[in-house]
Amino acid sequence: MAKPAELNPDSPALEVKTPPTSRETSKLAGPVTWVDDRIGLAKLAGNIRKVFPDHWSFLLGEIALYSFIILLLTGVFLTIWFKPSMAEIEYAGSYALLRDVRMSEAFASTLNISFDIRGGLLVRQIHHWAAMLFVAAMTAHMLRVFFTGAFRKPRELNWIIGVGLFSMGLVEGFAGYSLPDDLLSGTGLRFVDGLIRSIPLIGTWAEFFVFGGEFPGTLIIPRLYMVHILLIPGLLLGLISAHMALLVYHKHTHWPGPGRTNRNIQGYPFFPIYVAKAGGFFFIVFGVTVLMGAVFQINPVWLYGPYNPSQVTAGSQPDWYMGFVEGAIRIMPNWEWHLGHTTWSWNVFLPGVGLMGLLFTGLALYPFIEAWITGDTSEHHLLDRPRNAPVRTGIGVAGMACYAMFWLAGGNDILATQFHVSLNAVTYFMRVAVFVVPVLAFIVTKRICLSLQRADKERVLHGSESNIIVRNPEGGFSEAHVPLSQEEAYTLTRHPQPKALVPNGVKVGRVRQTLSRWYADGQVPKPTAAEVAEAEHHGAIEGGEGDERVLEGSDSGDAH
Amino acid sequence: MRFLARGGRSSKDRTSLRRHRAARPVLLLLSLFLVGATYAAVSPATESVADGAADAQLIAQGKALFSQNCASCHGLGGEGLAQQGAPALTNVGAAAVDFQVSTGRMPMANPLVQAPAKENTFTEDEIAALAAYVASLGQGPAIPTEDQYNPAGMSPEDVSRGGELFRTNCSACHNFKGAGGALPNGAVAPSLQNATPKQILEALRTGPGQMPIFAEGALPDENAKQVIAYIEQVNAVPAAGLSLGGLGPVAEGFWAWVAGIGSLVLFAVWIASRGARA
Ligand code: HEC
Ligand code: HEC
Ligand code: HEM
Repeated sequence: MAKPAELNPDSPALEVKTPPTSRETSKLAGPVTWVDDRIGLAKLAGNIRKVFPDHWSFLLGEIALYSFIILLLTGVFLTIWFKPSMAEIEYAGSYALLRDVRMSEAFASTLNISFDIRGGLLVRQIHHWAAMLFVAAMTAHMLRVFFTGAFRKPRELNWIIGVGLFSMGLVEGFAGYSLPDDLLSGTGLRFVDGLIRSIPLIGTWAEFFVFGGEFPGTLIIPRLYMVHILLIPGLLLGLISAHMALLVYHKHTHWPGPGRTNRNIQGYPFFPIYVAKAGGFFFIVFGVTVLMGAVFQINPVWLYGPYNPSQVTAGSQPDWYMGFVEGAIRIMPNWEWHLGHTTWSWNVFLPGVGLMGLLFTGLALYPFIEAWITGDTSEHHLLDRPRNAPVRTGIGVAGMACYAMFWLAGGNDILATQFHVSLNAVTYFMRVAVFVVPVLAFIVTKRICLSLQRADKERVLHGSESNIIVRNPEGGFSEAHVPLSQEEAYTLTRHPQPKALVPNGVKVGRVRQTLSRWYADGQVPKPTAAEVAEAEHHGAIEGGEGDERVLEGSDSGDAH
Repeated sequence: MRFLARGGRSSKDRTSLRRHRAARPVLLLLSLFLVGATYAAVSPATESVADGAADAQLIAQGKALFSQNCASCHGLGGEGLAQQGAPALTNVGAAAVDFQVSTGRMPMANPLVQAPAKENTFTEDEIAALAAYVASLGQGPAIPTEDQYNPAGMSPEDVSRGGELFRTNCSACHNFKGAGGALPNGAVAPSLQNATPKQILEALRTGPGQMPIFAEGALPDENAKQVIAYIEQVNAVPAAGLSLGGLGPVAEGFWAWVAGIGSLVLFAVWIASRGARA
């Protein structure tokens, strides 16, 4: 029989802990005590008062979270009837236009869910719209985090988890899109088959590994099913939990303002106010998704028909989140090497595998690159207003513009037919646009940011417009300015400005120096204390005069 | 997933039928009957003379219309004028004229990549005259008759077979439900929603613009009728909500962002702007 290992009762390392008796810890009663004794509910009470700041942009991540929950719920419903099998059968269900057509069981069961299961079509449509919203909300959330600089220390890890969630979301969506085995999902799989095969050296081997032989084979749908309902949802759940845990640990960031510092956080307590708001928002997201499922048709697989490698349809596109890869491939010039018996398909590899790799690596590394450029090692819990980090904002908008160009290129045929332009013209335009538009976007964005900085400075020094136009006795017009409130003046001036690195003592490489100068370049200097004091003095008089004049004007207005 | 076996089960049935013992005599009888029937249809000499006179009149009328409306591009004898980019019409047949004029493509207003369909301003008789004139210039498919294209009374199996044929032969250019699609160099495959059964069959037989010709040999009348029936019925299937143009995922993605994220952001702004009234 196994015996407990011997302990040395005299060892200084030995500690003895006695579990608390329930009476001691809890003053709660009945079932609550029962739960509390087992999972320590009362200890969570500290977290119940965790504070969450209020701003609409902080709710974008929540849209993603809630759509994921909706996906879990509707997805489970779908699994009850979906058959992940590529075995061929003759359709005998109630959609007449496919009567007797040979198709896979996967496609037939999707038709079955759509036409013969009560509520099935609605749930399918909700599931698909929720998937679109899930990825869209993640994207919007990520942009919010980027443009406000919320990814900076100490939140870099959570940013990387976010990038992981985003990429998993794409894979999950793609796997789901492929399950029904309709003409579009098969065409999409064929596309991915091409991407896999374009990988130099191991491509063909990898294709055989993934598809269990040559495309399409009979294994891919069961495999994708496993990926779609088990593997990736599991990873997503794990990553989401880690994401939330880190959020609670770091606490939320907040916008700058009076009383808000890098050391505190202002907002409503998690319980009850935040819970009420967030709970309400969950139902709103659920409601919007159900409404979309009920009102907008999505993925009408019965019109696409079962997948058949000899068929194809105009308007074959992936869901929106894979559109940028599709676009890159559509506009890529046809570069190929033929060495001996081998073909090196750069025309597919670079825009497909290369672009996705670039996007995700770039996203994941950005916080570290920026910190390296600015040499900033401090913690940030206050957000940047995008205008106060003009280069970052410029980079972000340039990235969005580049993505948008690839994305539009993915719909080049739809653009051509809907706007009556030539398909070739759209393609040639996009080939140039993916390089030129981001540069223009960067320049324009940076300019706008700097103008906004200038406007802020103006506002701090000269106050805000009073919206009262005054005509003086000479017939001239002027608008009186009113001084800013202390709070607003503080909000507009508290931000640190990026400064170029100066090598004092520490060696700073040439590249890094150049980059950091570029990053800090052009900032409109914040008003100095002296300037503010000067303006206040001047402004008090001017403001007083202005006020007087306003009164005079309105009085004498009647007299004239 | 599978590779398409054209004809599928039915072609197997046909071979076994052909091997049947009674096949030869039955075939012989059938062909005798056909020869007789054709003879009966063609022989009555008196009518044919009258027809000929009527035809000649129609052709003359057509020629007049043609020289007014078409000759500037296609030449007086329909030989085609290279500088207008207009093709010769000597062997396009009556079906091509009927299709091009009834869809309003011809007469073309000014030379473009592709003649746009527009309101047709010719009466049926005028079209018939034009068609007769062009048909008299050479060979080519005749205007199909009602029994060739009218899809009434097809069985559901016929229609779903038409769907298979449609997805194999047409959806690549015209999209999965005939909503249309883009082709290289500014050409488009138009939407089929407004095409009449007659126009569809004529398009198949004459291959307008960049569309390939689907001749009798490749797509017999029987199959063409199935395709026509499918096009008609698939457009009558009620959509599961608003169909968003039947354009596929691009339109869906657009609405996910605009309607979905758009409305949710508005809600988020609303929620965040409500303070806590605690
Ligand atoms: C402005 C010049 C112009 C005029 C006027 C014009 N056509 Fe055309 N036609 C064209 C061109 C160009 C094409 C080739 C267009 C295409 O392929 O889309 C064409 C094509 C056709 C075709 C199809 C030929 C084929 O190969 O299938 C027919 C039939 C035809 N025209 C008949 C007519 C008739 C009948 C008229 C008069 C009612 C007419 N056209 C007037 C320029 C013209
Ligand atoms: C290679 C692409 C292509 C394929 C395949 C194709 N079409 Fe077309 N189709 C076209 C183009 C291009 C036009 C327009 C021609 C023009 O305007 O000159 C057209 C025009 C038509 C029209 C006339 C529509 C109207 O009312 O204006 C019909 C009907 C049609 N096609 C039916 C079919 C059917 C049925 C099939 C399948 C059997 C098919 N097409 C296959 C390219 C294609
Ligand atoms: C654990 C959670 C999930 C389960 C159990 C699940 C289950 C399923 C099943 C069974 C199908 C095939 C049935 C059908 O197509 O009608 C499906 C389709 C699909 N899934 Fe999921 N899913 C889950 C999560 C997700 C997520 C997170 C996404 C998106 C990022 C997603 C996107 C899709 C898409 C786009 C389809 C195709 C829908 C269509 O046919 O129109 N799913 N899912």
